[in-house]
Amino acid sequence: MTTEPTSPASGPLLQVQGLQVHFPIRRGLFVDRTVGHVRAVDGVDLSIDRGTTYGLVGESGCGKSTLGRAILRLTEPTAGKVLFDGTDVASLKPEPMRHMRRRMQMVFQDPLGSLDPRQDVESLLAEPLHAHGLGGDKPAIARRLRELLDAVGLPEAALRRYPHEFSGGQRQRIGIARAITVEPDLLIADEPVSALDVSVQAQVLNLLEELQERLGLTYLVIAHDLAVVRHISDVVGVMYLGSLVEQAPADALYEAPLHPYTRALMSAVPVPDPVLEDSRERILLSGDLPSPANPPSGCRFHTRCPWRQETRCDDEVPVLRELAPLHLVSCHWAEDIRDGRLLPKSADEVAAIQGVSVGPTGADQPVDSMIGGVDEPVEFR
Amino acid sequence: MNGSTAFSAAPRHAASTTPVLEVEDLSVRFTRRGEAGTQAVDGVSFSVAPGETIGLVGESGCGKSVTSLAVMGLLPKRGVQVAGSVRLDGQELLGAGDRALRKLRGADMAMVFQDPLSSLNPTVTIGVQVTEVLKEHRGMSGKEATEEAADLLDRVGIPDPRRRLGEYPHQLSGGMRQRALIAMALACSPRLLIADEPTTALDVTIQAQILELLRELVQGSGTALVMITHDLGVVAGLCDRVHVMYAGRIIETADRGDLFARPRHPYTGGLLASVPRLDTTRGTPLTPIRGSARDAIPWAQGCAFAPRCDSGRDDCLTEVAGSTVPLESDGAGRELRCRHPLTVPPVAGSPTTPGADR
Repeated sequence: MTTEPTSPASGPLLQVQGLQVHFPIRRGLFVDRTVGHVRAVDGVDLSIDRGTTYGLVGESGCGKSTLGRAILRLTEPTAGKVLFDGTDVASLKPEPMRHMRRRMQMVFQDPLGSLDPRQDVESLLAEPLHAHGLGGDKPAIARRLRELLDAVGLPEAALRRYPHEFSGGQRQRIGIARAITVEPDLLIADEPVSALDVSVQAQVLNLLEELQERLGLTYLVIAHDLAVVRHISDVVGVMYLGSLVEQAPADALYEAPLHPYTRALMSAVPVPDPVLEDSRERILLSGDLPSPANPPSGCRFHTRCPWRQETRCDDEVPVLRELAPLHLVSCHWAEDIRDGRLLPKSADEVAAIQGVSVGPTGADQPVDSMIGGVDEPVEFR
Repeated sequence: MNGSTAFSAAPRHAASTTPVLEVEDLSVRFTRRGEAGTQAVDGVSFSVAPGETIGLVGESGCGKSVTSLAVMGLLPKRGVQVAGSVRLDGQELLGAGDRALRKLRGADMAMVFQDPLSSLNPTVTIGVQVTEVLKEHRGMSGKEATEEAADLLDRVGIPDPRRRLGEYPHQLSGGMRQRALIAMALACSPRLLIADEPTTALDVTIQAQILELLRELVQGSGTALVMITHDLGVVAGLCDRVHVMYAGRIIETADRGDLFARPRHPYTGGLLASVPRLDTTRGTPLTPIRGSARDAIPWAQGCAFAPRCDSGRDDCLTEVAGSTVPLESDGAGRELRCRHPLTVPPVAGSPTTPGADR
């Protein structure tokens, strides 16, 4: 299942090159002037091998959801290429794009919001088949739907019921069933379990893994929960303010995070183990995520970075460098931090050095008043 | 209460062994005409000492938030039956008049809610909202209150507090809003603080900041903290004592170290086994709990968790055993509501050293 007969058999299934998504900030009542851009995604490169899972983590507003939507062109990318199985999706015309979408499907965060409340499960699941002219005649479709329900662990009686009649976990199963109806190659899951209770989260994660094994699916999993991403991913990318700051095989990343932001992020995740919680070191960051409408110069993390240096960090944009095999980091000082030659400052010191500029999202800038208005496209909920 | 300074040390009651809050046999029942009532909370008892942090843990619908609202007296009067006893410093709160409760809320007990945006008034500046508490409960004049409010915001880590006072909630980021709410809750150095999922809506790095802030406050001022959360990681880092709730009842109580090292109730064990952890490698299988919280049966018929439980047997049902499953003492400082508890930690390679002391 992992290799398509028509495709170049080897090589990654999805390649993203220099992808940018900028949302214009408009102002004015009669004249629509563009006064700036929110750089939600600002030059991201990544590639996903067939049958593997790429996990994308970052905090809200870092552009991870926008990146996922831009790959499917649910949001039009501003620049860059999205190569899916060798074809540049970003430049496809609408009709070929529609056909291409059969092979790339999405699972959304909120299953109740993404399923039509007036359609029963049967019509929800059959709709993608009709849309792509698949599935054949009625009995064939009925057979396919039964297979699908079986695959996601729902009873056959579910076909006649409506989304509101299910629990959160079951709804997410319907969402997953709907995505795999048309036998896609790539599944983009945007926060697939964050709306679910812990005991149910595990069921859905297990289901995703089982389906991947059985159907040879390739996943791009977008989540804010590092533990979830670590559990399910082969390769993990960490995003901060629109760009990747670190990318590595999951185990390598979690064993030895190199970028200061990744380190801080990982030390902030609470672990359900009191012994570990008491003993481990926490790296507290000062302040909030800066505004993507007005990102900091140089390294975008320098306003919050406990390892910030006087030189380079403020004015020189770091590029992704390969420090260990397959381990990419964009930090000027990654080697020195790894080897302990540089020591972190406390959050208070960082705040003091940076002065007022560490204020929360955009609050110091004159563009301030518009932030409420541009917040929506930055983060799709 | 005219506390001298907010968050200052030296709790007013020197004998710190008497609990600040005692909840005894609390029950909340939602009724609606023409329908069977829903028992949201069913005989919950716990107490919190000064400077202690307890956790109420459970999944959505287990009654943890309703418990906190009942304690604060914030449940609507109509269609709600509250029974049992809630005592703050020995004073009975259930059945107390609105006026008496108003005097206590904000002054002696305060609450921090999950969603900071919907618990702040969007049409009023932060300054007005923070000073309101100070004027109401500490009898300050406008000018004094503004001074104090700026001081409060500064203490919870909001930079440039004076400017913030003039801003509206939408101008603050999520973390800042939650800090402002905590500042309001602490304005009168309450003896009891209830935090209902205070960090669930926040990013992890901001969550770490807020948890650190709460930790400092409890240690510095001797406030009793009731932490309501579904996140076992937050519990592991913050709470001294943990009560696990399921379907309206407490099913297991233990000290933090004990609970994570040796979960006894199959539900607690199941929760721990179903959380993906940062320190396990890829492919470590998760062991989820079967079904969902909807599958619970009424406690009168037996253990509510029985339909989802792997160690469940026939005598978990009332019909077979002839009695409902009681909450019984289970070794030192532990309580358990289960007839067939776990004996070994079900999570391989996790909860580290057993009996980790703290």
